[in-house]
Amino acid sequence: MTESLLVDMRQITKKFPGVLANDQVELQVKRGEILALLGENGSGKSTLMSILSGLYRPDAGEIYVAGHQVSFKSPREAIKAGIGMVHQHFKQVETFSVAENVILGSKDAGFTMNTKQVEKEIAELSQGYGLQVDPTAKIWQLSVAERQRVEIVKMLYRGSKLLVLDEPTAVLTPQEARELFQVIKQMTTRGQSVILITHKLNEVMEVADRVTILRNGKSVATRERSQVNERELARLMMGQDIIAPTKRKLGNLGQPILQLKDVSAPSDSNRAGLCNVSLSVREGEILGIAGIAGNGRRELAEAIVGLRSLTGGSITLCGKDVSNFSPREIIEEGVSYIPEDRLGSGLVPNLGAIDNLILKEYRRPGLGRGPFINRKLAKEFALRLIESVGVKLTGLEAPVKMLSGGNLQRILLARELAAKPKVIVAVYPVRGLDIAAAEAVHQMLLEQRSKGAAIVLISEDLEELLKLSDNIGVLYKGTLMGVLPVTEAEPEKVGLMMLGSQPEEVKAS
Amino acid sequence: MTQEFLITILATAITAGTPILFAALGELLTERSGILNLGVEGMMLVGAVSGFIFAVKTNDPWLGVLAALVGGGLMALIHAFLTVTLQANQVVTGLALTLFGTGLSGFLGKPYIGVPIENAFKPVNLGILSDIPFIGPVFFQHDQLVYLSYIVVPVLWFLIYRTRLGLNLRAVGENPASADSLGVSVYKVRYFYVTLGGMLAGLGGAYLSLAYAPTWLENMTAGRGWIAVALVIFATWNPLRAMLGSYIFGGIDAFGFRAQAMGIAIPSFFLKMLPYIFTILVLIMVTRKAMANRVGSPGALGVPYDREER
Ligand SMILES: Nc1ncnc2c1ncn2[C@@H]1O[C@H](COP(=O)(O)OP(=O)(O)O)[C@@H](O)[C@H]1O
Ligand SMILES: [Mg+2]
Repeated sequence: MTESLLVDMRQITKKFPGVLANDQVELQVKRGEILALLGENGSGKSTLMSILSGLYRPDAGEIYVAGHQVSFKSPREAIKAGIGMVHQHFKQVETFSVAENVILGSKDAGFTMNTKQVEKEIAELSQGYGLQVDPTAKIWQLSVAERQRVEIVKMLYRGSKLLVLDEPTAVLTPQEARELFQVIKQMTTRGQSVILITHKLNEVMEVADRVTILRNGKSVATRERSQVNERELARLMMGQDIIAPTKRKLGNLGQPILQLKDVSAPSDSNRAGLCNVSLSVREGEILGIAGIAGNGRRELAEAIVGLRSLTGGSITLCGKDVSNFSPREIIEEGVSYIPEDRLGSGLVPNLGAIDNLILKEYRRPGLGRGPFINRKLAKEFALRLIESVGVKLTGLEAPVKMLSGGNLQRILLARELAAKPKVIVAVYPVRGLDIAAAEAVHQMLLEQRSKGAAIVLISEDLEELLKLSDNIGVLYKGTLMGVLPVTEAEPEKVGLMMLGSQPEEVKAS
Repeated sequence: MTQEFLITILATAITAGTPILFAALGELLTERSGILNLGVEGMMLVGAVSGFIFAVKTNDPWLGVLAALVGGGLMALIHAFLTVTLQANQVVTGLALTLFGTGLSGFLGKPYIGVPIENAFKPVNLGILSDIPFIGPVFFQHDQLVYLSYIVVPVLWFLIYRTRLGLNLRAVGENPASADSLGVSVYKVRYFYVTLGGMLAGLGGAYLSLAYAPTWLENMTAGRGWIAVALVIFATWNPLRAMLGSYIFGGIDAFGFRAQAMGIAIPSFFLKMLPYIFTILVLIMVTRKAMANRVGSPGALGVPYDREER
C-alpha cells in the first residue's frame, strides 16, 4: 500500500510571524493521480506546497518521498527528488529566452551551454505533452498562458515525478484552463502525479482523482472525487453551508457619470496599453471589466484615476473634461481608487491605521490648522471610519503591514468610501481575501452602488464580475471588445472575448 | 596633430584607463549579481595602499598585487555580509565603506607618503606585437597589469554571456527568486561576485600606486571609483563596452595632462574637471537611452533577497 504512495506529508506545521499557516497538516499523493488541494484563500495551500517543494522549511512534521524521509533545504533538493512546483507568481527571468529559463540551474547543458541542443530538447519535450512553447522567445514577449506553459516545461525538463500547480487557472480563460487539464491528465497516464491547488469546486469535480481540503491551516478531510459532490466540498472548505448568492435585481441606472471617449494610453512595457477605449458608466451602475492580465486592465484603471497620462481621447466626469488631470485633482472631483496592490500603492505599509486613514483628509480643515495636524481629532476621525467598516484593531499606531489582507482592504475601503465618491475604481478588490472578508467588501461596493456611485470593477474572477456587475466590458490587447449586459454575459462567451473574439462572432459560433 | 602625439595620447589613454577599467569590471560583476557597490572608491584606496605597502616591504610588486586583491576583497566581504546576509540598505553601506576605506588607507599609508618604490611595474616589450606600427606602441608597450586586463575583459565577457555560470549570475541579478527556485544559491553567487568585484577594485587601486603613479598619495584615486560606477551604466553591464568607456575616460584624462604640458591656454582647473563633467554627461545620455530601450540595469539591483519574504 505504501508502495503506491509517492509523497506522504505528516503533521506539517509552519508559523509565520503572527499566523499559523499550517497546523499539523496531513497529505498523501499516490503515483499517477491528480490530487486537488482545495481551500479558501489564506487556508495555507501555497505554504504547504512551498514546504514540499523546498522553498520554505517546516517548523515541525515529516515528509516522505517514495518511502524515504526527506528534509529539503532548498528547492534544488526537492527538484532532485522529483518534485517541481509552478508558483502562482511565476519565477521567471523576463529578459531571458524560454530555453535559458529552462536550463537555468541545471547542469545538463554543459559549461558553455549548447543552446541549440537545449532548444531542440525543449521543443520535443513540450510537443510530447501538447504544451506549445517557442524555446527561442523571450519571456516578456509571452502571454500569461504561455508563461505558465514555460513553467511546466521547466519542471518536466528536470524530470519531475510530481508537479504542483498553484492556482493555475486563476490567470487563464475557461478555454485555456481546459487545455491545461488535458496536459495534466496526460501526465498521469505516464505515471506522473499532479497536485492542483484551487479554490474552485468545479475544477475539483472536473479533473481530480482525490481531493484534500484545508481550512484555516488544518487538513480537514480527504475524499475520493467519485464520493463527493460540490455541496459537500463547499461545506468542508468553509465549515458551513454556502449561502446561495441571491440573484440581485438590476438597479435603475441614472445619468452617465464617467465617460471615456477614444482613450489611448501607453503601457509600461511592450504590452498593449489602451487603444481607443470608449465607455460610459452611469449613476448606480457597476461596470465590470474582464480581460487577461496584460491586456490593459491596469492601464484602464490608472488612466481614469490620473496615474497614467493619455495619448489620445478624453475622460469626462459629470460632463466636465478631466483628461490628464493630476491624481489629486481627480480625487477632488470625487473619484476613489482601490488599487490592485493595496499595501504598495493603496496604503503606506509602515504607517499606522490613523495616518493611513487621514491620508486623503489631512489637507482639509477639520483635522488641524495650516500645516499642523490635530492628533486627537485625527484619532477620532480614524476611529469613526474603522467602526464603520467593522474592523477590530489592536493598535491604531502599529504599522498596517502587520494586518491581515481582509482588514487591510477594509481600512482602505473605509478611507476611500468616506469621501462619498461619485466614481469608484476598484481593481481586484477581493484578491487574496477569505470568503467572509470578500463578502463584506462586495456588500460595501453594492451599498455604494445603491447610493448612486458609478463603479468600475476590474477583476480577474469572472464569477465575481457576474455576481456584481450590471454590465461587463472585455479588454483584449488594449481594446474594448464590447460591453454586454450581465444577463447576456455567459462565461464561455466572455472567455472567448477575452481571447479576442468580437461579441457578434461569439454569437454566431 | 602629429602621429606621434596621437600615439602618446592613445597609449596614455590606456594606462590612465586601466585602473578605472579594473574597478568598473569589479562593479559590473557586483551589479550583475544584484548588489550595488558604492564602496568602489574606498576599495580602490585600500587596494592601492595595501598593494604599495607590501610591494615596498617585499620588494615584489606581484606580492603587492596579491595584497591589493586581498585588501579589496576583504572590504567587499564586509559589504557582502552587510547587504546579503543582513540585507542592509546598499546605498548606505556602500557610502560607509567608501568613507571607511578613505580613512583607513590614509591612516595606513601615512608613513609611506613620498617613500620611493623600486620595483614598480614597468613597460614590457612583447616582441613582434610591440613592433607593429601604430598598434604596437599604442597597445603593446605597457606593463604586465595592462596585458592582464586585455585577458580579463574577454574572459569576463565569455563568462557572463556564454557560460552556465554567467547565466546563473545574470539570473540572480535579474530575478533571484527564480534562480533560487531552480537551485541556484542566491547567497553564494552574491557573496562570490561581490568579493570578486572588490578584488578587482583593489587591483584597480594597486595599478595606480604600483604602475601608473607609482607612489602612494593620500586619496590618490581622486574619484576614479565613482567614475567606474558611472561607467558601468554607460557600458550597459557589458565588459567590452566597459573597456571602451574606460579608455575614453583615460583619454580625456591624458589629454588634459598633455594639454597642460604643451602649454595650451585652458585653465588647468577646467582640464581636471573634464572627466567628471564627461561622467555627468554620459550618465544623462545613457539613462535617457536606457529608459527608452529598456536595456540595462539588472532587475533586482539594489534589492536584498529573502526567500520567505513575500
Ligand atoms: N511569506 C509569508 N510571510 C508571512 N505570512 C505568510 C507568508 N506566506 C503566507 N503567509 C500567511 O499564511 C497564511 C496562509 O497563506 P497561503 O499559504 O498563501 O494560503 P493560500 O495559498 O491557501 O491562499 C495566510 O494567513 C498568509 O497571510
Ligand atoms: Mg495561495
